[in-house]
Amino acid sequence: MSKRIDVKNLDIFYGDFQAVKDVSMVIEPKSVTAFIGPSGCGKSTFIRTLNRMHEVIPGARVEGEVLIDGQNLYGRGVDPVDVRRQVGMVFQRPNPFPTMSIRDNVLAGVKLNSKRMSGKAADELAERALRGANLWNEVKDRLDKPGSGLSGGQQQRLCIARAIAVQPEVILMDEPCSALDPISTLAIEDLINELKSDYTVVIVTHNMQQAARVSDRTGFFNLEATGQPGQLVEFDDTQKIFNNPSQKATEDYISGRFG
Amino acid sequence: MTTPTQSPDHDIHHARLDDVQGIEPSPVRPTSSRAQWLAGVGAIVLFAVLWQVLDLHLALAVSISYLLFLAAVYLVYRSAGGRRVGLDIIVRWLVYGAFTLAILPLISLLWTVISEGLPVAFSPSFWTEDMTGITGLDDQAYMEGTASLAGGAGHAIVGTLMITGAATLISVPIGMFTAIYLVEYGRNNRLSRGIRFMVDVMTGIPSIVAGLFAFALFVQILGPRDAKMGVAGAIALSVLMIPTVVRNSEEMLRIVPNELREASLALGVPKWRTIAKVVLPTAASGLASGITLAIARVIGETAPLLVAVGFARNWNLDMMTGPMNSLAVYTYDIFTKPLNPAIIDPSRERAWAAALLLVLIVVGLNLLARLIAKLFAPKSR
Amino acid sequence: MTAPPDEPRGDHDPTATSGSVATRPPDSPGTTRPKARATRRPGDVVFSGLSLASGLIILLILVLVAVFLIQQGWPAFTADSEEISGGEGFFGYIWPLVAGTVVASIIAMVVATPIAVGIALFVSHYAPRRIGVVIGFVVDLLAAVPSVVFGMWGLQTFAPQFVPLFGWLEDTLSFLPFFEDGSATGRTLMTASLVLAVMILPIITSVSREVFLQTPRLHEEAALALGATKWEMIRTAVIPFGTPGVIGGVMLGLGRALGETMAVTLILSPGAFTWNIIGSGNNTIPAEIALNFPEASGLRLAELIAAGLVLFVITLIVNLFARWIVAKRSEFSGAN
Repeated sequence: MSKRIDVKNLDIFYGDFQAVKDVSMVIEPKSVTAFIGPSGCGKSTFIRTLNRMHEVIPGARVEGEVLIDGQNLYGRGVDPVDVRRQVGMVFQRPNPFPTMSIRDNVLAGVKLNSKRMSGKAADELAERALRGANLWNEVKDRLDKPGSGLSGGQQQRLCIARAIAVQPEVILMDEPCSALDPISTLAIEDLINELKSDYTVVIVTHNMQQAARVSDRTGFFNLEATGQPGQLVEFDDTQKIFNNPSQKATEDYISGRFG
Repeated sequence: MTTPTQSPDHDIHHARLDDVQGIEPSPVRPTSSRAQWLAGVGAIVLFAVLWQVLDLHLALAVSISYLLFLAAVYLVYRSAGGRRVGLDIIVRWLVYGAFTLAILPLISLLWTVISEGLPVAFSPSFWTEDMTGITGLDDQAYMEGTASLAGGAGHAIVGTLMITGAATLISVPIGMFTAIYLVEYGRNNRLSRGIRFMVDVMTGIPSIVAGLFAFALFVQILGPRDAKMGVAGAIALSVLMIPTVVRNSEEMLRIVPNELREASLALGVPKWRTIAKVVLPTAASGLASGITLAIARVIGETAPLLVAVGFARNWNLDMMTGPMNSLAVYTYDIFTKPLNPAIIDPSRERAWAAALLLVLIVVGLNLLARLIAKLFAPKSR
Repeated sequence: MTAPPDEPRGDHDPTATSGSVATRPPDSPGTTRPKARATRRPGDVVFSGLSLASGLIILLILVLVAVFLIQQGWPAFTADSEEISGGEGFFGYIWPLVAGTVVASIIAMVVATPIAVGIALFVSHYAPRRIGVVIGFVVDLLAAVPSVVFGMWGLQTFAPQFVPLFGWLEDTLSFLPFFEDGSATGRTLMTASLVLAVMILPIITSVSREVFLQTPRLHEEAALALGATKWEMIRTAVIPFGTPGVIGGVMLGLGRALGETMAVTLILSPGAFTWNIIGSGNNTIPAEIALNFPEASGLRLAELIAAGLVLFVITLIVNLFARWIVAKRSEFSGAN
């Protein structure tokens, strides 16, 4: 089920450029961990290394370790395909597969990961995932319609349903609300709150209030100057970060002095 | 592993995928990439044996080794990494195989054109002379070494440039304005859908049919005897060129962000000036490169010119009267009808030289199109 | 580059925002537009008029193609059947050519499509990006290599390579009607079809590559994030997105193969239609026209033009079919 993530001395590079420097942290299971920081600070880059999605970009590589319940994602003989099944991801913009129906979208990952699946199991799983994403009531009558016909917020919840349908251990969310209106954002935030009872949720957000609302722990990323690698400045309970940060840079950012 | 967490307020029964009734999971196990290279070495050895020792035909030996290689790789990876890994790796090698298979004839083609064409293509007389009065006797003398290769393709080079130039002059305005209509005015109304449809149909017109059309048009006007002329060829090429110009331009206009148009219109700039001053300049590099590609596309056409313009062995700079020649038709003519049927080599040399020039022109235009697209791209980003 | 003349128009009032335009008096006496649609500037009228006219010219050209071909080819349809080449009427004359054309094109399409899709995937998703760009460019160049050059290469270099293969096919597969009497020169429909396949390969490849490259990154990442292997990602995100485009490319290729003249004219040693594709014989419509047109006159000319009309109709049908498929396919893909 939900698992603990240990990041040890992680450096991230794009070719020769070091994007993120020396990050170490422990992400607790069944909690929501948020990363905040100014643009370009490497928080999105960092979250992608938690399921090796950064490898999609040519030249990207990491040094260091990411342990999920003690198993190093970057160990020898670990297949990124398997990592990504265990660590699901939701992206900035909702991305349901346009040629698939809502139902097929939800089941897309499950179909990839199973040899065969009975119709009953598929229905059950689709319903369960859609309920889990608080979308069931809105779409149960049009499961065979294309997913692209939904509103932005619904599409994003469809993507969350698709991610939880494969029963991952961890769900990563890379600014999941940045393309959504406030009401849809609220729906997603509620959903995140519910998801944490079953999953380890890690979310990158541009929106400090959102981090304060949804997360248990918050990490603040910053970079000393442009061209410098991003760093994890402070990582602590959300309450502490927002009320009494121990670093000056964090306080400046929280109080809106830059960023 | 299997303790589903029930939370009262919602309905996620979290469990491993493996535990869901009715689902048979298909996991991916890690594999080493070394095995495929080992299999590759094996396949090469096998190929060498089949080809040299068993003396099979080259193509047959390659096919057999490749198929056995695929089978071996599939079985190895399937057993080590599971069904999905086996499938993944076999598709990878099929894709590599497709690429190799396609590259071979293309290399052979380029090699033939270059090696056969190079000896003659850059001799000055080939560029400046025509074929008037050149006979098989000249070729005989050339083969005996008593004379240099007589005649040239100067008239054909000029003919190609004139006919293609005229076709460009006809096609570009029509094509561009049509694209503007489709993107800026018509949007998606019935007429623009009709035009788009017709452009698609036009794209599919066989080049020889375009030639027949131009010929028939001029027969209608001038009668069959005087119908063949440069302008007819230009019209035939236009029929082929217009749809390319429309499609390329439409594409380029379409990627101009709507924000730019709206920004300009919001300032009270009239629509036509918005198009002329904002949309077209933004798309200019793309438009120019698209037009260059359209020219490259038709400049090597043989069939329509064969039909609509005919052959000429002499200079003819008058596009309104009588047959002209063009590089492509010259190539075909001299290749299929050597001046001296007993000594075909000199004629073949001429044909390959003309073919090489054609290929160089096409390559040059394509490079130019790239260059334009790169150099004059909008400064944004 | 080719922007239309944009001579400065002094009449433009910078303070006139779209709201206030309507209050300006019509400044050109020629406009007969209803006033309700705000002001039509002469520039706008001319510009939209030119655009519209160009669109209409395209419609006109297409109609004219049909009209002139029918008009000039008509005698071939009405003449006595003895007068037509072959002496069995126009239908008797045309069907072997149609059959040859269709068979050659279908072989070419069947051979070229999987290879082209493979190369397109190689360029778009398997090769390192820089190599992919170079290969993409090479493929584009080859799409533009003049067909006459392909024909010469096919005759001089490619065809002789096939003589032993034809011999082998004749020995091993002669129970099939397609493989009898292997040609000793390689100038057969099979060779011509394979050269056609090489020729249409770049078209199908470049169209497919283009659509594969346009696959939204978001969808690819969505598939990968669900734990897809590379092939599964391609199957889930790239192929469904690209299918209409690939079909379009294949049909474009088929259209080119159907109408391709010079390669077939040069390679094939023509004759009556036969199922035997590795011997001499067979001919295609475009090759028939190109071979005979320069010397033709009178009824023979009409015959050839009528043959061109038939070719036109065939390609038209292929095109309509392609559009129908693409339209049907894209319904579900929706806009993203």
